Amino acid sequence: MNYRLLYFASLSDAAGRAEERVASEAGDVRALYAELAARHGFTFTPERLRVAVNGAFTDWNHRLADNDEVVFLPPVSGG
Amino acid sequence: MFAISEAPIDTLRLQHGLEADGAGAVVCFEGRVRNYNAGRAVNGLSYQAYIELAEAEGRRIVEEARGRFEIERVSCVHRVGDLALGDVAVWAGVSAGHRAAAFDACRYVIDEVKARVPIWKREHYADGESGWLHPDGTPVSG
Repeated sequence: MNYRLLYFASLSDAAGRAEERVASEAGDVRALYAELAARHGFTFTPERLRVAVNGAFTDWNHRLADNDEVVFLPPVSGG
Repeated sequence: MFAISEAPIDTLRLQHGLEADGAGAVVCFEGRVRNYNAGRAVNGLSYQAYIELAEAEGRRIVEEARGRFEIERVSCVHRVGDLALGDVAVWAGVSAGHRAAAFDACRYVIDEVKARVPIWKREHYADGESGWLHPDGTPVSG
């Protein structure tokens, strides 16, 4: 399946890009993160991140569909 | 009202938006860029947001404040982009019949925004380095 990834803050720096399209066999967000963490050298464990699919927060077992937009969110630091 | 803004925050205009005949108290909070953090001299900040989700989560927080406190008006705006020392990074304002609810609701909004809204701060240090910040205050390389 194909997914659209958006990256922010230190994940964007590590990936060297703000977004990308990936073709992957990963069927849920946890598997997709493991794949991308290995590829880009992300050091965050899933416990430190939140995840959003198609613009809404969700959980790590969320099943993905073709063309989903997936975002792994580093700990926030607004204000 | 909650918004992410690329332009400087017009605090006076926002304050006028809190006016209501029943508002005996108005509390506004301004978060500003300061020149140090964790012992390092800071020249400026850059904020990045996942705008779609940040605005949705910010609106949720504002609605929660309405439900929890006896208030008239509530709004909050957070900047993104490059900010200089003294610039307003975030503004939260509440009007209410009485001061206790106004203080409590304003505190609630700013605390929840800092904890939940997907916005990230990058500090630019006087020595030329920069780094993304996390809630524990430790910079992440990049």
